Amino acid sequence: MDSNSIGVLMTCPMSPPYLEQELDRRYRLLRFWKFPQKSELLKPHSQEIRAVVGNATIGANAELIDALPKLEIVSSYSVGLDKIDLAKCKERGIKVTYTPDLITDDAADLGIALILAVLRKICGCDLFVRRGLWKNGDFQLTSKFTGKSVGIIGLGRIGTAIAKRAEAFDCPISYYSRSEKADTNYKYYPSVIDLASNCQILVVACSLTPETRHIINREVIDALGPKGVLINIGRGPHVDEAELVSALVEGRLGGAGLDVFENEPEAPEELFGLDNVVLLPHVGSGTIETRTAMADLVLGNLEAHFLNKPLLTPVV
Amino acid sequence: MASIVLYLNNSAKDITFPLLEDRFQFLNPNTSSDSSFSSLAGTVRILLCVANSPVNSETLDKYPSLECVVGSTTGLNHIDLAECRRRGIRVTNAGDAFADDAADYAVGLLIDTLRRISAADRFVRAGSWAVKGQFPLSYKVWGKRVGIAGMGSIGRRISKRLQALGCSIAYNSRKPKANISFPFYASVQELASNVDILVVCLALTNETRHIINRDVMKALGKEGIIVNIGRGSLIDEKEMVKLLVKGEIGGAGLDVFENEPVVPQELYALGNVVLSPHRGGAVPESLLRLQEIMIANIEAFFANKPLLSEIELE
Repeated sequence: MDSNSIGVLMTCPMSPPYLEQELDRRYRLLRFWKFPQKSELLKPHSQEIRAVVGNATIGANAELIDALPKLEIVSSYSVGLDKIDLAKCKERGIKVTYTPDLITDDAADLGIALILAVLRKICGCDLFVRRGLWKNGDFQLTSKFTGKSVGIIGLGRIGTAIAKRAEAFDCPISYYSRSEKADTNYKYYPSVIDLASNCQILVVACSLTPETRHIINREVIDALGPKGVLINIGRGPHVDEAELVSALVEGRLGGAGLDVFENEPEAPEELFGLDNVVLLPHVGSGTIETRTAMADLVLGNLEAHFLNKPLLTPVV
Repeated sequence: MASIVLYLNNSAKDITFPLLEDRFQFLNPNTSSDSSFSSLAGTVRILLCVANSPVNSETLDKYPSLECVVGSTTGLNHIDLAECRRRGIRVTNAGDAFADDAADYAVGLLIDTLRRISAADRFVRAGSWAVKGQFPLSYKVWGKRVGIAGMGSIGRRISKRLQALGCSIAYNSRKPKANISFPFYASVQELASNVDILVVCLALTNETRHIINRDVMKALGKEGIIVNIGRGSLIDEKEMVKLLVKGEIGGAGLDVFENEPVVPQELYALGNVVLSPHRGGAVPESLLRLQEIMIANIEAFFANKPLLSEIELE
C-alpha cells in the first residue's frame, strides 16, 4: 500500500513542526489553512481525504465531515473532543482517536503553577522588576499556598494528578464529581457550590460537556468569595466569563488563574490591569516533550488504522 | 515588669512585630529619649535585629552587656557571626517560619521558568495572542533531574514538593545528611553536571560566596536552569548574565541579586528568565509564625532555657 497516496487533511498549523513534517512524509498531506476558500480545497480533493488530523482549536464539525465522503478516521492531536462532532462520526462509522494520558502531568503542573503564580503574584513580581519599580520600594506581601484547602472539580486523571501535587504542599483536598469515588480519601461534596463554600482554591479539571458548561457561575463564584481563588485548566466555557470578570473587577473573588477562555484567542481586557489574575494562552499541554509524544500517538493511530490493526487510543 | 529588648531597625523595611510589642519593652535607639536610652544601653542583654539591619563590631561595642541576638530572617549574612562567636553572643534566626513559603516560591519560580508562565502572561496582556497566534512551546517539568544546593529545612521542603511533580532529586551540602536518601554530590560542580535544574538555597557565608561560578554554570549546560532563592552573591552574577545572554545556560528563576534592588538590565529582554524582587519569604501568615518563634527565643533566653532556633556559630 502506498501511503503517500492517502489523503490526510490537517485542520490548522500545529507545533512543533514534527507532526506536519511526518504527515507530509508519510501521506498526501492537505493543509486546510492554506486555502482561504475552503471549497477550493474540498471540491477537488474531497474524494481523496480519508483522514482528518485536528486539534483543540479546529477539529471536525458536522460541516467538514459532510464534505468528506471518504473520511474513515479523525485522529485528534488533543485530549479534548469538544471540537469533534462525535455523534456524526458514530453515524458515519468514522473512527476517532485522541491523545489521552500524555498531557496529564503538564496539565497538573500548570494547575500548580497557576496556583503559585496567583497566590504569590509571581507574574506581578516579574513585571514589577522589569518595569524598574523595585528601586522605589518593595513589592507587596503575597499570600501563602502551603496548607490552603484545594477543591477539585472532576477527579479524573488530571484532577487526581493535581490532588497528589497539592498534597505535597500539605493542602487538604476535596472534590466534586458526578458520583463519589470509592478509591480515594479526599472529601467529597455533592455539589459544586458546597465544594466552593468549603475550599480556598477551586480548580476546574473536568471535561466540557453540555452539563458542565458554565459550571462556574455567579453562585459558585460568590461561594468561593473575596479570599477564594479560581483556577481553570479545563475549557473556557466551564466558566461564565462575564460573571467571573465582574467578580474580579469588583473584588468579590480573590483571584484567578486562567489558561482557557470562552472566546480564544480573546482574553477579557478588563482583567489585564489586575495583579491577582494570571492569564495564559491555552498552554496546558504546550511542552515540546509532550507534543512530540502526542504527535507520535496521532501518527501511530493513523498507521494502525491504515494497516487494519487495532487503534492505539480510540475514543470509546 | 516586661523584659527589655533592644530593637534595632536600620533596614529600609517598615516592619512591625505587634505580638512582641505587647510582651516586651522595646528599647529603640531611633526613638528613645537620650537619658533613658544611655542608661539602659549598658545593661540590655538581648537584641532584636529587624530584617537585614547590620549587626557588626561597632553595633556590639555600643551594647556591652549583649548576650543574644534574635534575628527576624532566615539568612543572617548581615550579622557578623564570627564577631558574635568571639564575644560569646548567641544568635537565633527565623527558624522555619518562612521555610514552607520559600520552598513554595522556589517551586513556583522553577515551573514558571520552564513553562514560561510569566512570559505567557505578558504575551496575553500585550494582546499578542490574537495577533501572533499560539505561544511558543515550553518545557515539561515532570521527569526533570533537580539538584539542590543546600539541603537544610528549605531544601527538604523543596524536594518533597518537586518529587510530587515527578522530578528526581540529588543534592550537595557541606556533608551528606544522615536522614536524606537522595544521591549526594561532594561539589556543586559535580551536582550541576548531573542535573537539569540547579536550585540554590544555601546560606551565604565567606565560603559560599560565588559558589555558583562560571564552571558550575557551564557544567549545568545549555539546557540547564538555575533557580536562586538564597542570596544573590551565591552566584557570580556578572558571569551568569553573560551566559544567559549568550544562551549558554537554558534559563533562570531569580528571587535574589547581588546588589538589590539593582537587577541587571540585560535580563529584562530574556523570555527564559523570571525576575522577582526578593519576595520568597514574604507572606503575612508567616509573619505570625515568625513572631511566635522570636517570642519563644526571647522567653527561653530570659528563662535560661535552650533557645528555639539558635544557629551554630563556627
